[in-house]
Parts: sequence; structure tokens; C-alpha cells
Amino acid sequence: MALQSLDILRRSATPTATPQVRNTVEVAKLIDVTTCIGCKACQVACSEWNELRAEVGTNIGVYDNPVDLSDQAWTVMRFNEVEENGKLEWLIRKDGCMHCADPGCLKACPSPGAIIQYKNGIVDFHEENCIGCGYCVSGCPFNVPRISKQDNKAYKCSLCSDRVAVGQEPACVKTCPTGAIQFGSKEDMKEVAATRITDLKKRGYDNAGLYDPAGVGGTHVMYVLHHADKAPLYSGLPQDPAISATVSLWKGLLKPVATLGIAAAGLFGFFHYITVGPNRADDEHAEDEKETVK
Amino acid sequence: MKEQLIQRYSAPERINHWIVAVCFILLAISGLAFFYPAFFWLTGVFGTPQLARIIHPFVGVVMFLAFLRQFFRYYHHNFIDAEDVKWMKAVGTVMKGGEVGDTGRYNGGQKGMFWLMSGCMALLLLSGIVAWRPYFAASFPIPLIRVALLVHASSALALIAGIIVHVYAALWVKGTIRAMVEGVVTHAWARKHHPRWYREMTGNKR
Ligand code: HEM
Ligand code: SF4
Ligand code: SF4
Repeated sequence: MALQSLDILRRSATPTATPQVRNTVEVAKLIDVTTCIGCKACQVACSEWNELRAEVGTNIGVYDNPVDLSDQAWTVMRFNEVEENGKLEWLIRKDGCMHCADPGCLKACPSPGAIIQYKNGIVDFHEENCIGCGYCVSGCPFNVPRISKQDNKAYKCSLCSDRVAVGQEPACVKTCPTGAIQFGSKEDMKEVAATRITDLKKRGYDNAGLYDPAGVGGTHVMYVLHHADKAPLYSGLPQDPAISATVSLWKGLLKPVATLGIAAAGLFGFFHYITVGPNRADDEHAEDEKETVK
Repeated sequence: MKEQLIQRYSAPERINHWIVAVCFILLAISGLAFFYPAFFWLTGVFGTPQLARIIHPFVGVVMFLAFLRQFFRYYHHNFIDAEDVKWMKAVGTVMKGGEVGDTGRYNGGQKGMFWLMSGCMALLLLSGIVAWRPYFAASFPIPLIRVALLVHASSALALIAGIIVHVYAALWVKGTIRAMVEGVVTHAWARKHHPRWYREMTGNKR
């Protein structure tokens, strides 16, 4: 939703610069997966604050409910049981938009201003400008945006940009009973994470680490993982996410190549006509000439 | 003296051609608007950007069906033979206004264009369906949709560049537009540009 109290860093499909002079602090949400108990208070808070009501689903044999992100569920808890170091581990990850510094959704979107990246790092969809093409779905390396069946527009977590704009933390952060979700400047969140990771390492989680993947320029939603070397254990979290090469080619190299090709065809025609001139056959004179030559 | 004319395209053929042409223009306008941010305003031609997005694939299907009819009308005229290869090799001479080879109903350039258009149309339809929301895209895996979008944009741009050449050729060779508007060409036109076809149509020796 349009909120001009936050400075805009980038707009989708807008090649010219946005106002850049104010120095805004980058924010981040830190999700400590090792502290999360899977209570889903954050899911409820999200649905409350954003006035979303996902359909009451059915039990599919695990705790995941709703089973997937949707236009009415911008965050879902994903539960996975794995055996690591000879012990059963229950890995619970709060899934949702990662608010990438280099967002594939924004890169792919063809509609000016349908996707906005604020200077503080939040990536927000402005549905009033969305045309429902679904390019953002193809652009996102985390499979996050969902097109609503109700209005054919794309929705996802806004990191509660409306709350952040007035100095509040996102609703999920506010609600989390264990303090597994924290919010602040990205710098501070990295420090908090570092302390927790040192602690985890002392307790035997040698590969504990921060998930802030460089392939997408870092993210403004970060995870503390016990097994940072095995991100896919956490219900398919990509180890090294990056904007797909196909998308980069489509939104990158193809544009100048296409421009050159089309311009070359047009310019060739124009200069050919004004130099060689039209190719006429139908005046009788030319025909007579041809006959005498033969 | 009365002009001597040869019928080149019947009324149904001309209607068919212009249905494809009008659809193509609408598709190119909306497609380029999605492809180039700086041309997004072209979606205004359709009322709103959302409407442009919704209408584009439907127009695409109409165009594809109309083109399919054309394909079956003309494919047997478009097999490339030795005269066409001669024509293609001497395209420089052709550009200067010269004629090369004993050209039949279509010359090497026109035949090449026919197959380029046919290939692009098929790719555009297939990739367009994969990317089509809200009806089909959700049934395809995201990596496939990515490829489809790349293929769609690439083949669209190849087709647009090809059509620019197609339109220019028609403007450059005087008397050609008339073939697709009134359906007829003059004897002089046919004898100069398509001598073999001229002989077939008139029974004249030259
Ligand atoms: C054959 C049937 C066609 C179908 C089913 C089709 C379908 C689509 C769809 C679904 C999209 C995504 C946007 C939207 O949902 O409207 C699209 C985009 C596009 N279409 Fe088509 N289309 C067809 C033919 C064409 C033709 C003939 C052209 C070229 C003149 C064209 C040029 C484009 C371009 C340039 C884009 C934007 C691609 C991008 O954003 O990179 N399409 N088409
Ligand atoms: S669906 Fe909407 S937000 Fe997503 S790419 Fe298309 S216009 Fe942009
Ligand atoms: S996670 Fe996906 S939707 Fe969220 S900012 Fe990154 S690319 Fe966009």
C-alpha cells in the first residue's frame, strides 16, 4: 500500500532515479530458528494486522497449516523433522518474503511502481499498480509472491511497512512469545545474531550461522540457523539463492539486443529508401525499355 | 490503354491477411509496453494497463488461428528451391533494385520470411500459453515459466524485426500493397518481380 513516509530506493519498471538524498537506516528482521517453538503466534498476528483470513484448511498429517503461502497467508511456519548428529531435530522455519537487497520480483515486474524497494530495505507490492502478469513469481528466487484469485493481483509480506513507517516493529515481531523474531537496524540484527551464533557453537552446533545470502545482495529478513551449511534442511531454503540466469538474460541482455535489432531494421529501411529509392515496375516506359534491352 | 491485371489474392485471403496484421499490431503495442518500461504508456491504447495485460493473450490466440489458416493456404508455395538460393546469395543485387533468378510466386526472401513467421508464431503460442495468467501459468513449474517468458520475448522481438522488413519490402516494391488491398497486380509488376509466376498465370512465353 502506498506510503510516502518511507523513502523509495527503487521502483519496478522505472529506469530513472528516485530521490536519494536522505540517509535512511537499513532495517532487518532476524528470525532465530533455533529459538522458535512453532506456536504460530506470528502467523496469527500477521493475519490480524493485515486483515487477512486464510481459509480454514485440513490437517495433512503435519503441523503446516495453511500448507502454503497465499494471498491470504503472507507468512507460514514450515515444519521439518530431520536426523542430525544422531538426534532427531524438529526444524521450524517461518517462511515469507526475504526482502532481498537485489529483489528478483522487482527486476521482473513490468508495471511501473507495482513493486517498491524502500531505502530502509523493505520490498513492498503496491497492488493498485499491479497488472497481474505474475512476472514477480518468476523473478523471485524464494517462491514467495502469490497472485490472488479474487483480484488477480500479487501479494506478499510487506514487513509491515505501514507499522515501520511510524516507528513500530512488524506485527509478528511484536507478538513472538519467545523473542525468536527481532527487528531493528540491519547492523544491530547482525550483532544480535553473532552473539547467538557464538552461543550455539559453544553448545555443539559447529555450523551454526547467519543466513543473509550474498547471491541476492543480502536480505532484510535473516535467519539464525543451527545448520547454516545445510539450508535446504529447513523445508527447502535455498543454500545460495540468486536471481535465475534465465530471468537475468530476459531482463538484461535481451533488451539491448532487441533494441539494436529493431532499430537496425527500421533505420535500414529508411536509409535504403532515401538512397536506392523505390523499386518500380508498373510504368509503361520502364517496360518498353526492358523490352528493347532484351 | 487499359491496365493489364492479374489476380494475386482473393477477398477471403485479403481479409485473412488483415486480421493477422491488425492483431499483430495490437500484440506488438501491448507486448512492447510490457517489455520496455519506457513504453509502458502504450498500454493506454487498451484503456488501462490491466486491460492490456488481459486482452493481449486473447488477441494472440485469434492471430494464431488466423495465421494458421494462412499457413495452410501458402506453405506449398514456400518450399525453397535452387532459384531461391540463387536469389538469397545475390540479395545485394536485389537491394539495388535488380532482379535475380527465375522467381516464381514468391522469392527467396519472402519464403524465408514465411518460415521465420511460422516458427515465431508457434513459439509465441506455446510460450504464451505457459505464461498465461490466471488460466494456465499456475499449472506449470516456475523454471519453465521463466524459460517461456524468455522465449516469448525473444521470438516476439525477432518477429517484430521481421515484420518491419516485410512491411518495408511491400512499401519499397511499388505495386505490392495493391496486391493485398485490391487483390491485383499489373503484368509489368509480375513480369519484373515474379517472372515464372507471370508465365504460369498468363501462358505468355516471357
Ligand atoms: C500467439 C499467441 C500469444 C499468446 C497466447 C501470448 C501471451 C502472452 C502472455 C500471457 C504474456 C504475458 C503478459 C500477459 O499476461 O498479457 C505475453 C507477453 C508478451 N507478448 Fe505475447 N502472446 C501471443 C502472441 C504475441 C505476439 C504475436 C507478439 C509480438 C508481436 C507478442 C509479444 C509479447 C511481448 C513482447 C510480451 C512481453 C514479454 C516481456 O515482458 O518480456 N505476443 N504474451
Ligand atoms: S503480477 Fe503485479 S507485482 Fe507481479 S510482476 Fe506483474 S505487475 Fe508486477
Ligand atoms: S523474497 Fe522474493 S518477493 Fe521477497 S523481495 Fe526477494 S524476490 Fe521479492
